[in-house]
Amino acid sequence: MTRTRKLQALLGTSLLKLFIALTAIFLILFLYVIFSRGGKMINWEFLTQSPRRYMTEGGIFPAIIGTFWLTVLSIGFALPLGIFTAVFLTSYARPSWLVRIIRVSINTLAGVPSIIYGLFGLTVFVQFFKFDVSLLSGALTLGVLAMPVIINASEEAIRSVPPDFREASLALGATERQTILRVILPTALPNILTGTIISIGRVAGETAPILFTAATFYTRLLPTSVMDEVMALPYHIYALMTEGSHAAKQVPIAYGTAVVLLALVLLVSTVAIIIRYRLRKKKKW
Amino acid sequence: MVNKSAHIITEDLNLWFGDNHVLKDVNIPVYDRNVTALIGPSGCGKSTLLRCFNRMNDLIPETRITGKVMLYEENIYSSRVDVTNVRTKVGMVFQKPNPFPKSIYKNVSYGLNVRGIARSRIEEIVEKSLHDAWLWEEVKDRLHESAFSLSGGQQQRLCIARALANDPEIILLDEPTSALDPQSTARIEELCLALKDQVTILIVTHNIAQAGRISDYTAFMYLGEMVEFGKTKQMFTVPKDKRTEAYLSGVFG
Repeated sequence: MTRTRKLQALLGTSLLKLFIALTAIFLILFLYVIFSRGGKMINWEFLTQSPRRYMTEGGIFPAIIGTFWLTVLSIGFALPLGIFTAVFLTSYARPSWLVRIIRVSINTLAGVPSIIYGLFGLTVFVQFFKFDVSLLSGALTLGVLAMPVIINASEEAIRSVPPDFREASLALGATERQTILRVILPTALPNILTGTIISIGRVAGETAPILFTAATFYTRLLPTSVMDEVMALPYHIYALMTEGSHAAKQVPIAYGTAVVLLALVLLVSTVAIIIRYRLRKKKKW
Repeated sequence: MVNKSAHIITEDLNLWFGDNHVLKDVNIPVYDRNVTALIGPSGCGKSTLLRCFNRMNDLIPETRITGKVMLYEENIYSSRVDVTNVRTKVGMVFQKPNPFPKSIYKNVSYGLNVRGIARSRIEEIVEKSLHDAWLWEEVKDRLHESAFSLSGGQQQRLCIARALANDPEIILLDEPTSALDPQSTARIEELCLALKDQVTILIVTHNIAQAGRISDYTAFMYLGEMVEFGKTKQMFTVPKDKRTEAYLSGVFG
């Protein structure tokens, strides 16, 4: 009896270790493939120059700038809206059929394939609001895509604030609004940022939503306003791998672009993690 | 010596959580500048009664209340009453110390900030409140450190300071020492006795000895009813009701 149980335990932990090893191997393999093929492309010129000669030479600077602005603007649009929605859902909404529908919609939106966001953005922002194919249309589309994740994370974060804090605040004569602004949101902020970090990675890497709304195949120019078309890193990879006629020269550039995209996501995430760490250090409970 | 004017009086107070009838026709006076203790076995409704005095039960959905809670001449459950105003006049300290995840200073200034008190006055009030809660000497050099760096007993005194900063007329204490060690408990008890010159105190406690040590009046509750109310000395020596006697002698509880 005890022997079989020992065996079972051994088998169980061995299996778990195997799975962990498998996950790690995939991650290492993934990084190896991308970096071994793209790493050598990275140099100062690659990062700071525009593409030349039908994208067979030069760098990817406009795509870096494009992706940077798309990410910043979309999060800048989705974060406040997402937080306010979460505040409404957690603190003000009384249980009703309307709130249930909103909640179901948010969860459904989180699972919608990204290409459909692209079509949505095309119809609504590009055509209906006449923003054309532009940084603005793309950022709004990506913002809509990021919103469900941010709402869910914010709701979770707000719910995890100890109810003691809310009671203490109200018992001191604060209004519900003051309690949310002065106690609940500041306490929930580190966890809200965690959700945001996840969406930053997603937004920066998405191709489909910007396909019809923001991205352009090639431009030497940097965007001067939100109404300009932009190049973007993920779309640039896609273009290099499918449209070119000089595969031998373009494929390494595509891998190099992938390295830059990964690095950019890592950089943004690191900054967010540092901010979160600082906030957490101030507020231990 | 004992000032007999009642600060709060409840009139036939009834409270339901859904179908659960928690408070039944409760009538109790809380006398000015005295310590009144609410005692009774777990679930008798003493905490719920306490939370009627600053309308904290409003936060619980499906709560229904009938009867009156008169704070001087005003029924605090009247529709014209601003609940934030009530909660400024009637402060509260909770069972578990619950300082905000902010600095010691900001915890005390919180109630002043939300009421928009002038910045120039805040510093002075914060210092006075910390003095009154016997915390000033321990924290004066670290006012801007996190409130969580304090010990449990200090945190509870910080919560008392935070409530005092609003200059309340009454402070409600909901088993304030049940999460504390004996030494911190003794300190809070002494503090209560010192504070009763400036503020009326209503304290819920499951500790009969504590009620005996610090209260002038005691109310014994059982199954949602106010069984007996009277001077603590009298009640503890010659309780009128059999149930009070049984509870005080430890037959149940």
